[in-house]
Amino acid sequence: MSNFNRRDFIKTSGTVAAGAIAAPMLNIRTAGAADSVKVGILHSLTGTIAIAEKSVVDAEMLAIEEINKAGGVMGAKIEAVVEDGASDWPTFAEKARKLLEKDKVAAVMGCYTSASRKAVLPVFEKLKGLLYYPTYYEGLEQSPNIMYTAQEATQSVIAAMEWLFKNKGKTFYMIGSDYIWPRTTIKIAKVTLARLGGKLVGEGYYPLGHIEFSSEINKIKAAKPDVILNCVVGGSNVAFFKQLTAAGITGKNQTILSLAVSEEEVSGIGADNTVGTLTCMGYFQSLKNPENEKFVKAFKAKYGANRVTGDTLSCGYTSVYLWKMAAEKAKSFEVEKVVAASANLEFAGPEGKIKFHGSNHHLWKHARIGAFRPDGQVDMIYESPLIEPNPFPKL
Amino acid sequence: MTFDMLASQAFTGVSIFTILMLMALGLAIVFGLMGVINMAHGELMAMGAYCSYGTALFFHAYLPDLMDYYVFVGIALAFVVTSIFGYLLERGLIRFLYKRPLDTLLATWGLSLILQQIYRQFINSKEVEVPTVSWLRGAWQATEGVALPLSRLFIIGLAVVTAFAVWWLLFRTRWGLRIRAVTQNRTMAGAAGIDTNKVDAYTFALGCGLAGIAGSSFTMLASTGPTTGQQYIVDTFIVVVFGGVESLIGTIASAFIIGQMQSWFEFGMSGSMARASILLLVIVVLFFRPNGLFATKVRR
Repeated sequence: MSNFNRRDFIKTSGTVAAGAIAAPMLNIRTAGAADSVKVGILHSLTGTIAIAEKSVVDAEMLAIEEINKAGGVMGAKIEAVVEDGASDWPTFAEKARKLLEKDKVAAVMGCYTSASRKAVLPVFEKLKGLLYYPTYYEGLEQSPNIMYTAQEATQSVIAAMEWLFKNKGKTFYMIGSDYIWPRTTIKIAKVTLARLGGKLVGEGYYPLGHIEFSSEINKIKAAKPDVILNCVVGGSNVAFFKQLTAAGITGKNQTILSLAVSEEEVSGIGADNTVGTLTCMGYFQSLKNPENEKFVKAFKAKYGANRVTGDTLSCGYTSVYLWKMAAEKAKSFEVEKVVAASANLEFAGPEGKIKFHGSNHHLWKHARIGAFRPDGQVDMIYESPLIEPNPFPKL
Repeated sequence: MTFDMLASQAFTGVSIFTILMLMALGLAIVFGLMGVINMAHGELMAMGAYCSYGTALFFHAYLPDLMDYYVFVGIALAFVVTSIFGYLLERGLIRFLYKRPLDTLLATWGLSLILQQIYRQFINSKEVEVPTVSWLRGAWQATEGVALPLSRLFIIGLAVVTAFAVWWLLFRTRWGLRIRAVTQNRTMAGAAGIDTNKVDAYTFALGCGLAGIAGSSFTMLASTGPTTGQQYIVDTFIVVVFGGVESLIGTIASAFIIGQMQSWFEFGMSGSMARASILLLVIVVLFFRPNGLFATKVRR
């Protein structure tokens, strides 16, 4: 009997609490409904991945601010609803549901890791939401409710492999963190290498956050590869590069191409340790075009002169504009109409002119390879033509 | 396998051994001798790393001529700051929980989250760059094919000095005698006139200070960020538990065994498999020797 009482108590108090929290929100919504539209921002503001995701939020908020200053989307001001995914995949799913069911947002800009995207995907499909995903990823996915605004694998790793094979050498050593993105990326790289006729002389996977690479470095020394393909992610990169440098392997005497090191990561690794190593991204802060100069200037003005931009930041910034343009083209905020209007949509953003594919929800993009400078910025040495997105490559 | 390879791998094994030992010494005192499960031990290492970072910034701005020597100041500062923090922590929180080990676990875990958030909020949410001093960059070319990274040599030296200092402190001074007396039998030690409260606080502070030294020196090899401590904490506990709680020699032996295993396993297989294999072996050993390799035999 006492159990029932307790349960009833929890139930009623829960409802009261929920009501108390919801009531003021309801008011805001009715008050602002006529001249504003809600957009969700769903990234990790706390936890391990916050390092990477927080600045993406900054870029997205910058785009929203710019759009609002210029009059909003079809006269409606964008109202950002920021939620914290806390580097925890179930939390991402829960917050996505909250954004769609309670806030009824027109679109969500969000997610960084593939794991978090996989967690929110069923929520977006079931509740017919719309997610803009601004991070380079391994491909092999295409949801009707997700727009992928960064590179998929064929636009980075395959392009990079072809360039390396042609210009740098035939034998490769591949190393990565041990989860879905590096594993898939290296798999694709290996197939590409076999097609080109190169040779894999070694590969290694380490848990996320691993900090001891000396055995791997000894193996690399013994294998003497022409090229090291680095798919290590996050804090491990700091350890990897510091230990490579300490062992005498640097960008000066060895070709090292990283697929997950951008200007942002270099500020933690230390530019001394990355000088001369290569990176393959869709965007570098040093790109010379008017849109990028405007973006970098506005970003630094808003967040401080010592901040740097990078690939995911540019993609997050671009995502908001892509959504705005699609909504204006569709003359509607309805998800289906916005998605339909996105097909073949063109936009000139910080990374130059890009274009949505006619059907597969990915963007036509450039692959760019650059070398790190002593100041942590990148000198571009190769730019591919626009590559057609192909999330399901024949391997 | 060539001789060069063999030598390089042996050196790697020794290097990992000293790193693990440096990590575990502080915890061996806090957890091993005092029985306090300090989940914030990793964050104390991060605190040490941030001390190095702060020192580097200070030297860079005000004493650029002495930049090459900041590493010593950084390590000393790390020891002082973390041991003061440890002292306050023991007085303010831990001492109320000596008889409630599970609550200590929760309280210190909460503390670790608070510290992480403080680093994130007030220092930088991203990793910060701690420069390696110029004379520790690069490698010493021992023979034609064997290059030994200087930063690792430095850490080996530091670990040996630290281990020797701890041994001397515990087994050759009156203060160490008191610590050992209190950890063996608190009531009896108190009856014999030892101020057990004071001994507890100083011992805990020493353990925390050692964490600071470890964290400060690891900035040469790994990242410094809000979650840096999480990279160390699991390995640290494994070394202490595997070696046998209450035994410093056990901790050192265990660091040596795990270090060698890690070096050779990682050479033979992929990093993730090597790690899994080490953990499996540790579990098997603990199954047959539940108190670790060097358990002290006492009647309970």
